[in-house]
Amino acid sequence: MLRLDTLVKQYKTGDLALKGIDLEVPDGQVMALIGPSGAGKSTLIRCVNRLVEPTSGKVSLNDMELTTLSQGRLRKVRRRIGMIFQEYALVERLTVMENVLTGRLGYVSFWRSYFRKFPQSDIDEAFRLLARVGLDHMADKRADELSGGQRQRVGICRALIQDPELLLVDEPTASLDPKTSRQIMRLIRELCAERKLSAIINIHDVLLAQMFAERIVGLQLGEIVYDGPPDGLTPDVLTQIYGEEDWEATIEKVDDEDEVEDELIGVEPALGSG
Amino acid sequence: MPVNEKNGLKAWQRRDRNSQLLIWAIQFAAVAIFVYCWQLISDKTIWMFVTDAPRQAADMASRMIPPKWDYLSTLWMPVWDTITIATLGTLMAIVMAFPIAFLAARNTTPSKTFIRPIALFIIVSSRSINSLLWALMLVMVIGPGVFAGVLAIGFRSIGFCAKLLYEAIEEIDETQVEAVTATGANGPQILNYGIVPQILPAFAGISVFRWDINIRESTVLGLVGAGGIGLQLNASINTVTWTQVSVILLVILGTVIVSEWVSAKVRHAII
Repeated sequence: MLRLDTLVKQYKTGDLALKGIDLEVPDGQVMALIGPSGAGKSTLIRCVNRLVEPTSGKVSLNDMELTTLSQGRLRKVRRRIGMIFQEYALVERLTVMENVLTGRLGYVSFWRSYFRKFPQSDIDEAFRLLARVGLDHMADKRADELSGGQRQRVGICRALIQDPELLLVDEPTASLDPKTSRQIMRLIRELCAERKLSAIINIHDVLLAQMFAERIVGLQLGEIVYDGPPDGLTPDVLTQIYGEEDWEATIEKVDDEDEVEDELIGVEPALGSG
Repeated sequence: MPVNEKNGLKAWQRRDRNSQLLIWAIQFAAVAIFVYCWQLISDKTIWMFVTDAPRQAADMASRMIPPKWDYLSTLWMPVWDTITIATLGTLMAIVMAFPIAFLAARNTTPSKTFIRPIALFIIVSSRSINSLLWALMLVMVIGPGVFAGVLAIGFRSIGFCAKLLYEAIEEIDETQVEAVTATGANGPQILNYGIVPQILPAFAGISVFRWDINIRESTVLGLVGAGGIGLQLNASINTVTWTQVSVILLVILGTVIVSEWVSAKVRHAII
């Protein structure tokens, strides 16, 4: 279980990005974090694995306090927290396989990783994950040869091969087309269910958040203004999060799920292997 | 204000009146300084020599022709030395420039207050001394020969390579580094997986570019005794055998053309 206690982040420029956030994410829960640009969504998830150092407050994962850990201990904890990025953040000039194995760096010594001598079990797992997302034939391609959706799936493999207990997902669909966005969100959702992972997903697409998350947290100017189920997002709530706008069109009914079911990318054959 | 209202219409100009006047004043001053300097130089030139220049040049050219082609056979060894000096010097420079660049780049240096200034100082001092001057000093310290030439080229190139490389390091995409960091990788692993792949094309391009420059620079190192074809050039000029000088100049031209072709090919292959 992830817990944030009065988490505050103030940047050097004086901007107060997070104003005392209290949040609990139970094991296995997929939570969407919505809010306008600059609300502090990215800062919040980066404070969890301390890519951004919180100014004050506590972050604890399974009752282990993360904010006071030494660099060495922090690296050990980071292995259990997978992260997925908006612009995929793959290392462009490395191959797909190398990018996936990057997720194992925390578990192998420098020289092993330098000579790319990863344990066979890691390589097996990498192939299994790539097959799960339908990219096992792409292992030798360089990351910059892939399309956006393919890159994001490699990013997902990189996070999962860490064998995480928590996923931090930062705007996974912001650079993808609507169809790919849904596929990626569904994939993340399925993988979380398969592996009983909890996840925090930053997303600014309210519809997608409603479709794929079991809990929605609305962030506005560094404060939580909504915390509840997806169907609790009424026009009033959205106005509170984003400001005045005609929200009726956004809150389309979410139950046309099966319409998207058959778009599923060519992953069926490998479904059972995750 | 570039925008002002006249009769209800908004007029727009690129600059307001004061800044336009200032620009004219600066342009006027620049022209005035140029004219003044021109006169100063003209007063100190002995125009008789200048008017004589075409005749002198024609005279020198006539003494260079025909090139003494059989001198070519004694030039192959010095040409080989020249290429060796350039190649080994470049190799030495990139090996040393690589770590220095990481110490100098703002985003990878271990300490901005202590180590970065030292790295920058090494870069500046290496760049501020021309390779001919490095060669002059090294010939005095370790004696004449190819080795002094290699060191001279190497010392001069460290700064050049390190400067371009650290600028490339500062321009990398930080989110790729962030992603590698987030997996729990340690410092050297982040370097190896997150940073080095991003700067590899720049690194290769810089090395080949510097090698190309060094071929040209090493042709004159012999003038101060640091080996290579410059030795023959110096000797030929001293003995006023202009037919040999012309052969040497042609050989240098050929070498440079070949090196330029090779470096263009290599750069193309990498990027």
